[in-house]
Amino acid sequence: MRRGFLTGPVIGALWMVVLSVTVAVTMSFATGDAFRPSILWSLLWGAVGGGVVVALGRDRLVQIALLVAVSALVLIGIGPMLMGAETGQIPRVFGAVLMGLGFAASITPILAEIVPGELTRHEFEGAVIRFLTGFGYIFFTAIVLIPFYVMVMTSLKNQSELIQNPLDFSIDLSKGAELFRSYDELFTQFNFGTYLFNSFFISVLTVVITLAFAIPGAYAVARLRFRGQAAFSRSILLIYMVPMIVLALPIYIAFSMTGLRNSFWGIVMIYPVTTIPVALYMLQGYFRGLPAEVEEAGLMDGLSRLAVIWKITLPLSLPALASVSLYVFMIAWNEFLLAFMLLDDPSKFTLTRGIASLNSSEIPRQHLMAGSVVATVPIMALFLGLERFMTKGLTAGSVKG
Amino acid sequence: MADLSPPSGTGPLAKREARLAWGLLSPTIMAVALVVVLPLLAIFWISVKPVELGDLRAPEVVLREDLRGDSDVAGDEVNIRYRLRNSSQDQPISGVSFADQIPEGLQVTELDERCTLEGRDLRCDLGDWEPGLRETLMIPVVIGQAYLDNGLRPQDSPASSTGTSSSVLTNSTFTLENFTRIFSSDEFFEVLWVTLFYTVFGTVGALLVGLFAALLLNKSFRGQGILRGLYLFPYVAPIIAVAFAWLILFDPFSGSANALLLQMGVTSDAINFFGERPLALIMVTVFEIWRYFPLSFLFILARMQSIDTDMYEAADMDGASPFQQFWYLSVPQLLGILSVLFLLRFIWTFNKFDDIFLLTGGNAGTRTLTVNVYEQAFAVSNIGAGAAVAVVIFGCLLTFSLFFLKYISREEGL
Repeated sequence: MRRGFLTGPVIGALWMVVLSVTVAVTMSFATGDAFRPSILWSLLWGAVGGGVVVALGRDRLVQIALLVAVSALVLIGIGPMLMGAETGQIPRVFGAVLMGLGFAASITPILAEIVPGELTRHEFEGAVIRFLTGFGYIFFTAIVLIPFYVMVMTSLKNQSELIQNPLDFSIDLSKGAELFRSYDELFTQFNFGTYLFNSFFISVLTVVITLAFAIPGAYAVARLRFRGQAAFSRSILLIYMVPMIVLALPIYIAFSMTGLRNSFWGIVMIYPVTTIPVALYMLQGYFRGLPAEVEEAGLMDGLSRLAVIWKITLPLSLPALASVSLYVFMIAWNEFLLAFMLLDDPSKFTLTRGIASLNSSEIPRQHLMAGSVVATVPIMALFLGLERFMTKGLTAGSVKG
Repeated sequence: MADLSPPSGTGPLAKREARLAWGLLSPTIMAVALVVVLPLLAIFWISVKPVELGDLRAPEVVLREDLRGDSDVAGDEVNIRYRLRNSSQDQPISGVSFADQIPEGLQVTELDERCTLEGRDLRCDLGDWEPGLRETLMIPVVIGQAYLDNGLRPQDSPASSTGTSSSVLTNSTFTLENFTRIFSSDEFFEVLWVTLFYTVFGTVGALLVGLFAALLLNKSFRGQGILRGLYLFPYVAPIIAVAFAWLILFDPFSGSANALLLQMGVTSDAINFFGERPLALIMVTVFEIWRYFPLSFLFILARMQSIDTDMYEAADMDGASPFQQFWYLSVPQLLGILSVLFLLRFIWTFNKFDDIFLLTGGNAGTRTLTVNVYEQAFAVSNIGAGAAVAVVIFGCLLTFSLFFLKYISREEGL
């Protein structure tokens, strides 16, 4: 296996399969036309391409030759990717060139150190790793993006278009504002404005209440000495081992009997308790990392403990507070089970509960997807804007799933 | 000479500190006790009770009143009619009584022997009621001019009724039927097997995929931050949004995945991904891996970036190949975080409810223990059986947790 004239063609063939599947799926999703990878042709031409690169070297001329050859093969109809007869001229050429360009540009760096003769372990494994890396990037990007792409594009189409060709996600830009009809209907007929407000209000309240409980608790666990401190800091972890559904059942019963079901306050009472343990755990980790000397100096100067927390500890831990708040906000915003079980009155729905109510056969599914987009976009925007806080918060707290 | 030995025992300062600590912790402890510990205890209580969904509403006295007869002129003789019934068909109510105000201008001519009238206040004691009992009470009255003038009708002053009933939840009937019921059903072992499959493969899959993603991004290049943010999307998005996106993507009739597979010639018939027996379980497990690989990815990446690079340089000098470096250097370093992640994710996957509930509703052989709680309590309307399943879950978790506590004390802290 570790010989250049063998490694080159094998990796080339496998890489061509990866590329042809990728390009075919991308082109299908973009145009709705028929593109399909041909595994046999891919293996054959990929092997030839890999062999050529190993034999002739990696200069610009070889790259151009590969680009032209692969594109031409695709256009003739015996290439790594096959196209349906009714595919238009522009997508045909575009797909063919994309295929050629993708292969020519990527195979040369992958086979960078491969020479025709015997290979060292380093050279061989380097090529395998570069192949796997390329595959990994394509794979992860695809699995993450495709569901979101389908979600957004479905929300912009109408029922008949969807049924006619489920693959056609191309958008007719000439329709203008008409594209956003499902969104318009959601907000005018399905009350999504209220749901959005409810979700926002409940999430913010949850963050505030959680912090109000977790900050003093975390400080006590991190700084103050008392009997049972170690046991306490460990048992916090145990709390979020309890499954929500087990708690939801008695809570449902209690709320039904006391009339708290279907009320804002019931939800606002429950949500923070599900997030307090996580927040407390994350914060106490951060508080432990702060220098105790600063606080002791404050105590020496005559501040009380509470004043120390308020004037010294909290200002120092603003970044941690930001990531905890973000994380708690995310949990509350995304929460589904409790909202689903405890809310029946449409005027009190949160976004997630509202989306669940759209899941019926009478409501077209682009509405369902538009609702999903409405719920996803704020949290994504918040997350991307404050990504650094978020990643830190997620890793710091070992986080609930 | 002064005593120079250090003070022993807890001094007043230490005591004050401990008191402050408990003071700061008490709101959290109370909230957690109320919402976590109390419901857990309640679950054990309910699991030995023969309680159904309908029993949650306590039986009550339903009362309607109206005026029977013509009441156009003064002197007319009419009846005030009270219709009462027990709302429950199988629960008795004891000590039923009701009170009402007779409107001005109505002269009561005759009174039922169970009722008393003081001024305008009517009070009737109806004693104990059988389940499903209905009763009608007629009180004959004579219309006075005042009644016609003031326009107040009997219905305008609502009658208040009282009565005590024992709820199944609080009385002393106990039963083990819930447990025998869930253990003896054929499905139970299938449910256990499905839970095990889902938990083990979901956990291991998410770890391996996360490890792969972390290896990809463990080098700095332009756009690394963007990719890292992108790969976290599945975990950050609301579960309901991504679950429905998957359902629509894999719809058997108009889903894009099926259209793609048909077009590529992989299958000749549309595949019902979430509706066929072995496939649905595999799909929900794949969904679980897809949704939670970002979490393992994040932790593994954080650990990787804290490994000293000198070691790899030394290994390079000694001629270790990339795979050898991974196997002999990285893996031992990552073993700690991997095992902690495995334990945590194992328990959380075991606890997962929303994902399967939204994707299949527990149909097509995907019913796990947690979905079974919902199924028993709300679909079959047998709250007691649901609670019994919850007790089984709790037992499993207790076992895991003991193991986990023992283990995590030796592992690097998370």
